[in-house]
Amino acid sequence: MIEESETNIEKNETNLELSANSEAGYEWIYKGVCVIVCVIIVGVLLYTASYLPPFGSADNPVNNEVSRKYIEEGMYETGAVNIITAMILDYRAFDTFGEATVLFVSACVVFLLLKDEVLASRIKIRENLILQNVGKLLIPSILLFGIYVILNGHISPGGGFSGGAILGAALILYMNTFGLKRTRTFFNQKTYGIITTGALIFYTIAKSYSFITGANHIESVIPIGTPGNIISAGLILPLNICVGLIVGCTMYAFYALFRRGEI
Amino acid sequence: MGQNIWINYMVGAAAFLFGIGFTMLLLHRNLLKKIVGFNIMDTAVYLLLATQGYVSGRKAPIIVDGVTSMDAYINPVPGGLVLTGIVVSVSLSAILLALTVRLYQKYHTLDMDEIARQCKKEGD
Repeated sequence: MIEESETNIEKNETNLELSANSEAGYEWIYKGVCVIVCVIIVGVLLYTASYLPPFGSADNPVNNEVSRKYIEEGMYETGAVNIITAMILDYRAFDTFGEATVLFVSACVVFLLLKDEVLASRIKIRENLILQNVGKLLIPSILLFGIYVILNGHISPGGGFSGGAILGAALILYMNTFGLKRTRTFFNQKTYGIITTGALIFYTIAKSYSFITGANHIESVIPIGTPGNIISAGLILPLNICVGLIVGCTMYAFYALFRRGEI
Repeated sequence: MGQNIWINYMVGAAAFLFGIGFTMLLLHRNLLKKIVGFNIMDTAVYLLLATQGYVSGRKAPIIVDGVTSMDAYINPVPGGLVLTGIVVSVSLSAILLALTVRLYQKYHTLDMDEIARQCKKEGD
């Protein structure tokens, strides 16, 4: 320990010398300019904030005909009670498709950057009896709650993104409790690929009919049903399930890649 | 200055958060702290968007009892925008952190100046 701290001090000293030699006065100029620039930015933003319309007023220009259309006709046109779900998975479904693709692409990039079999074989998770018994109780309920949030996305707060994050949390807890080998029996790299690409392809096919109907994908062949029932709102429920699968798998993949360099 | 600075105190808080994140991005040499600063800037943007959608006395845009009047619910558009922002920021943070891990594996330091110095040495 003492030797280590000594070498650290030596290192710090050499670092200080280096910086003192090359960038002594330069550093202070840089810091000063940074602080001045940031103060100016905050000042400009506060100046703009003082001219914004008052907070919480109903007459603000943001509450315009767009939100009026979504609120007053959203339920009748899409069948979803949750207006935000109706908006992101029906009116602007391609935007959400882009989000799902961004998540998938970033998982691929992290996979390319961090794939490391040496690290994976070296790390071992110690088995812990308390954690395993608590996990046996907790993991099924977390999974069930995630599925509940995904399936009720169009009739209550929640949806694919939040439910998918809960599913991902359950998978991460499972991997930490029972180890990678047991997780691999039902979830490995191949399953990840099949689930995410399958969900993305289904999403594309399900929404591509709007090209045929002239980009007006409001009227679909699937009946809207009674708003408020769980089987209603046309395509919103299957699209929510797709988004939830992608988000859950990607969250778990991020964790597994950062933790041990493989899915 | 306009008159609404005290009513819009949440926008002011968002401006300060943005400034804090930007300062961290500029002043810290540690790559991890730069990423934290980036995420603080993201949070400031979400706060600004959520503030703009709120209307006092109205409820979240989930239709209850078949009331579809605009006077009953807040603006749903900023909610969707914040959702998009959160997903993109999660993906971006993951890529940035993965790049940081790779840089650390190669240079064994998180200091940006140190990495630049070692890069220069390799170039010579």
